[in-house]
Amino acid sequence: MNTNQYETVIILTPVLSEQQMKDAVAGYRELITGNGGKLVHEENWGLTKLAYPIQKKGTGFYHLFEFTANPEFIKSFELAFRRDERVLRYLTVKLDRWGVDFNQRKRNGELRTVTPQGEKVVVKKKIEIEETEL
Amino acid sequence: MSKETNFIFNQTPQVLQKKKYCRFKKHGIRYIDHKDAEFLLKFVNEQGKILPRRITGTSLKYQRKISVAIKRARHLALLPFLADGLK
Repeated sequence: MNTNQYETVIILTPVLSEQQMKDAVAGYRELITGNGGKLVHEENWGLTKLAYPIQKKGTGFYHLFEFTANPEFIKSFELAFRRDERVLRYLTVKLDRWGVDFNQRKRNGELRTVTPQGEKVVVKKKIEIEETEL
Repeated sequence: MSKETNFIFNQTPQVLQKKKYCRFKKHGIRYIDHKDAEFLLKFVNEQGKILPRRITGTSLKYQRKISVAIKRARHLALLPFLADGLK
C-alpha cells in the first residue's frame, strides 16, 4: 500500500472546555491510528486569535496533526470534520519531500529563515490570550 | 536601450542601484510553510493583498508557492482576507 505524509490543521470552537477540546483531539488521534495511519508529530497551539471571525467566534483551538496514511483515509478523515460541529475549519495538505524535510528540521530546531536584511525569523510562537472572545 | 529610456533611468538612480533577487533561490528555501503567518506577512500589503513579483523580486516558481501558502493561511484564519493597516 502506498502511503503519503499529510499535515492537518483543525480549528476547534472556543466554546469547548479544556477537557472537551482534549477529548475531541484524542478522538481524531484514534481515528488516524485506528485506520492504519501513523502519527509523526502533533502540536497544540492552544487558544489562538483568528484573523477574522468564523461562525461569530474570534478565537479557536488550533491543533496540528502530522501523519502518514493511505490516500483513501483522507476522505473519511475529512468527512469526520465536516460532520463535527466542534470543528470550525480544517486543512489537510499532502507534504512533498521538501515539506517533510522542512517539518523535520523545524522540530529539531535547526530552522533559520534568514531575510535579506539578515534578521532571523523565529518559528511561530504561541500567542496567549487572557480573555476569551465568544 | 533608447536615449529616452536612458534619460528616465538616469533620473532615478536608486532603482538601478538595488538589484532585486529571489530570496528563496538565494537562501535555498525549498518549502514555504503556510502556518508561518509572520513570514507570509512580508509578501502581503497593508490590505492583506498578495504583492506582485515585480515588487518583491520573487521568482515565478516561488511566487506560485507563496500565493498558495497565503491562500491556505487565509483559510486557516492565520491571515486576513481583507484588512486595514496590517503593518
